Amino acid sequence: MTTSVAEDRADGLRRFAAIWSRAIYPATATSMTRAEFEEYLLRLAGGLSEALRAQPFDPRFGGDTGAALVAAHCTDPEALPRILGVIDSYLLLYCPPGEAVPADEAAARCGRLQHWLAAGYARSLRDRTLAEQEALSRAALAARTEAEQALHESEARFRAVFQGASIGIGIAGMDGSILEVNDTLTRMFGGLEHHVRSRNVNDWGHPDDGPGTWDMQRQVARGERDHYSIEKPYYRTDGTVLWTNLAVSLLRDPAGTPQYMLALLEDITEERLLRERLRFEATHDALTGLANRTLFFERLEEALAPGTGAARIGLCYLDLDGFKDVNDSLGHAVGDLLLVAVGERLQACVTSPGQLVARLGGDEFVVIVVDPKARSEVTALADLILGALAAPIRIEGRELSVRCSIGIVEGPAGALGPAEALRSADITMYRAKAAGGNRFALADPDADARAITRHGLVNRLPTALERGEFFVEYQPLVRLSDGSVRGAEALVRWCHPVHGTLGPDHFIPLAEATGLIVPLGRWVLEQAARQARDWQFPGLDGPPLRVNVNLSPSQLHHPGLVPETVAALAEAGIEPSALCLEVTESALIGADEDLLRPLRQFAELGVDIALDDFGTGYSNLASLRQLPITTLKLDRSFTRGMQHQPVDPVDVKIVDGIVQLAHTLGLSVTVEGVETGLQAEHLRVLGCDTAQGWYYARPGPPERLHALSLVDASST
Amino acid sequence: MVERPAWAPQGIDLSVPSVSRIYDYYLGGSHNFEADRDAGRRAMEAFPGLPKIMQANRAFMRRAVRYAVDQGVTQFLDIGSGIPTFGNVHEVAQAARPGATVVYVDHDPVAVAHSRAVLEGNERADIVSADLRSPRDILDSEPARRLLDLSRPVALLLIAVLHFLEDADEPSKSVAELRDALAPGSLLILTHASTDGGPRKPEEGDKVEGVYRNIGSPLIMRSRTEVERFFDGFEPVEPGVVAMPLWRPDGTDDEDDPVIYTGFAGVGRKA
Ligand SMILES: C[S@@+](CC[C@H](N)C(=O)[O-])C[C@H]1O[C@@H](n2cnc3c(N)ncnc32)[C@H](O)[C@@H]1O
Repeated sequence: MTTSVAEDRADGLRRFAAIWSRAIYPATATSMTRAEFEEYLLRLAGGLSEALRAQPFDPRFGGDTGAALVAAHCTDPEALPRILGVIDSYLLLYCPPGEAVPADEAAARCGRLQHWLAAGYARSLRDRTLAEQEALSRAALAARTEAEQALHESEARFRAVFQGASIGIGIAGMDGSILEVNDTLTRMFGGLEHHVRSRNVNDWGHPDDGPGTWDMQRQVARGERDHYSIEKPYYRTDGTVLWTNLAVSLLRDPAGTPQYMLALLEDITEERLLRERLRFEATHDALTGLANRTLFFERLEEALAPGTGAARIGLCYLDLDGFKDVNDSLGHAVGDLLLVAVGERLQACVTSPGQLVARLGGDEFVVIVVDPKARSEVTALADLILGALAAPIRIEGRELSVRCSIGIVEGPAGALGPAEALRSADITMYRAKAAGGNRFALADPDADARAITRHGLVNRLPTALERGEFFVEYQPLVRLSDGSVRGAEALVRWCHPVHGTLGPDHFIPLAEATGLIVPLGRWVLEQAARQARDWQFPGLDGPPLRVNVNLSPSQLHHPGLVPETVAALAEAGIEPSALCLEVTESALIGADEDLLRPLRQFAELGVDIALDDFGTGYSNLASLRQLPITTLKLDRSFTRGMQHQPVDPVDVKIVDGIVQLAHTLGLSVTVEGVETGLQAEHLRVLGCDTAQGWYYARPGPPERLHALSLVDASST
Repeated sequence: MVERPAWAPQGIDLSVPSVSRIYDYYLGGSHNFEADRDAGRRAMEAFPGLPKIMQANRAFMRRAVRYAVDQGVTQFLDIGSGIPTFGNVHEVAQAARPGATVVYVDHDPVAVAHSRAVLEGNERADIVSADLRSPRDILDSEPARRLLDLSRPVALLLIAVLHFLEDADEPSKSVAELRDALAPGSLLILTHASTDGGPRKPEEGDKVEGVYRNIGSPLIMRSRTEVERFFDGFEPVEPGVVAMPLWRPDGTDDEDDPVIYTGFAGVGRKA
């Protein structure tokens, strides 16, 4: 019975809770699932049911129930009528208090429980609301304190970074007024803080500001750009220049409105100086301090750049005449001093910023004239340069005269590329040089074409020796007294793949100019020496055939000349007396002891020395005594007048005089260019010793000489 | 030199509505200010029934937490935990298994401060102030290292939070980074806002997105496929990604407002 009463009661409670839950749940915001919620309500329903039955009646449990419902977030205003409505309608029905409580008493209890529930609900909701609001406020306060703490720490960190930073930091308002700067920045400006702080960003212009610097700054100030970084110079407080890597950033507030401009500055003054020095070194010639090839081409390219460059351009390409002689005879140290002095004089000739002097290397200089007013401006400059170099240069107590040859190119900038312009000037310079030097020549295409041929030779010359393009021909030397072959002059030929066989006149000056003369001369000497050995055939009496080899002035400067010659003789196995070296008169004019030393050494060894082209230069005849020579080779011009009848008496007189003098000095006389028998006869009568010329034989292969000698030998 | 750089960020602005306080308002709490309630009312106007959806969300969360405990997973990492209110994860978890540990994470400083107050004295639960977009900060935090043993499975809760990450925030990347830090057997428990398949129209979704964008906390509705993609590297737990009330219900809900079928819930297990 009791069990069944209890079961009935439990069943009733469950039904009530189900109805109650179904009514309230939709109006709640509880986190509980529906099942959890029904379970929760079941407990509350049990309490209410107890309260209905309890003796004495205590309505306070209604209040607890209200509080429990608030705790479960049944706080929607909709919820309360539903809560009460279900109690009112179903509580007594499903949870009757039993006989002990009469029906009207039960109804009254149910009513009072509802009143208490409503009161408890309201109180609890009020308390909870206040408690939550307070908890929230406390949380907000705590969060704010924490945020402020964090902010404070971040500020402290910021301060430390700001002040300790090795870069300068500045903050400016959007109007450019400086709000804050760190110590580093102040130090960088070399001033007191207020000097920097009292300024406005816009006061910080500098003449060397990069183009666009202030455009970018204005864009930042207008909020149109968020960042830029550049290299920027500033004036320090003392007026000196401070170079910086500047990075400017726009700082916006959370809504995106520009608020401040932040500048980070790194002092790169020293780095820049170093960079400038390196750049200077990379673009300037260490010896003369002039612009070097790199800078020259940079400037030239800039001037020739289509669109942005100059309208016209002028180039003076300049090469010293005879610089090599100075270098070879006086040594490189003097040569260098000379170049420095020349550089200074050239620099003094250029006056406008549109002109630049550069040293391209060796003794080659070039002056660029950007946008010359007229061609005459460039030629006038060339004249100025020639004039500037006219006065001798005094170096280490010596007066050195330097002359130069100048090639001028002048024309519209679009016409030539940098390399062609320079080449054209170079070729033109050669033309000036070929015309005797100490002058300028203007580029002209026809002359260029001719010069290019020469120039082509120059380019091919260095490799011609390796390629075996040279060969040697021999022209016999004949004793006038008896017509016997005494030897031959070795004459080098260049079998050029394009131009055919070229005589020494075509390329020896170039070989001299390029320095190739030394290896070429050595090669010729070796060939000649070997040939001389071959000529010493057995069965031929009389002194052995000799070979004459030309020595150019540059070879005389070459320190290896004597030992190499000795080696070549030894290698060939011939006596020094089988060799005669020919040196031109002009090479020996004014020659000093240094230049004569190798000749004296040759003479001591027993090598004959002939003074070639004698009579073409102005030799002090008396000075011939001092020269270690054994032979005079008379230039053909003296004997031309004897080729045909009537013989020129003046020529006869002169040659007679020379022969007398030579013999007095113990020198033999050789005559070049003998073309007729008449001529040969006259010369023999005049006492000349040997002769050479087409009358006897043209230059030819060595075998021809062999044949001649044999004829000669058999005829005597 | 002025004391504080004037351009330094300001402190907390309580006049700006906060996602966590608006949410508390939906849940019938009083941890909110008028600005929050105002925003909440506007959202509810745009998207009627929001509180019921949130209730379904909370109910799912409780079922999922109990499921995790049943599966033997007793460590919880709840990111975007919000303002603690009736029926929090640690209450549910610790009621089911007293030894369960919970690390809450939120980036709202007020929610964090409040959580700290609520959790005071609870040795097995703590709060980390961090952002879901920086998972490393979360994993490396002191509470996470103290309370979570990453060599054992963890239940990672991303309840109603992923939709506050825009695509540009690369939410998948965050989820993947967290996944990679967790031991096999770990669970991903998530819910996500969506109008896909639910009773609310996309236009209403757009409107509610607008409300949240206006308060500076954009809310992004995502499609079912997009939501499923968050489970990359996890094996789906039955019944997969479904409307919240359909995930392992513990009773009937025939009488509920159909609005609760808005949004998705799902649980996955890391292989
Ligand atoms: C809608 S509430 C969800 C609260 C709780 N997870 C729930 O479902 O009952 C979203 C919470 O995520 C937080 N939240 C939003 N974006 C977040 C982020 N990127 N990192 C951490 N928490 C974030 C908000 O501050 C808010 O407290």
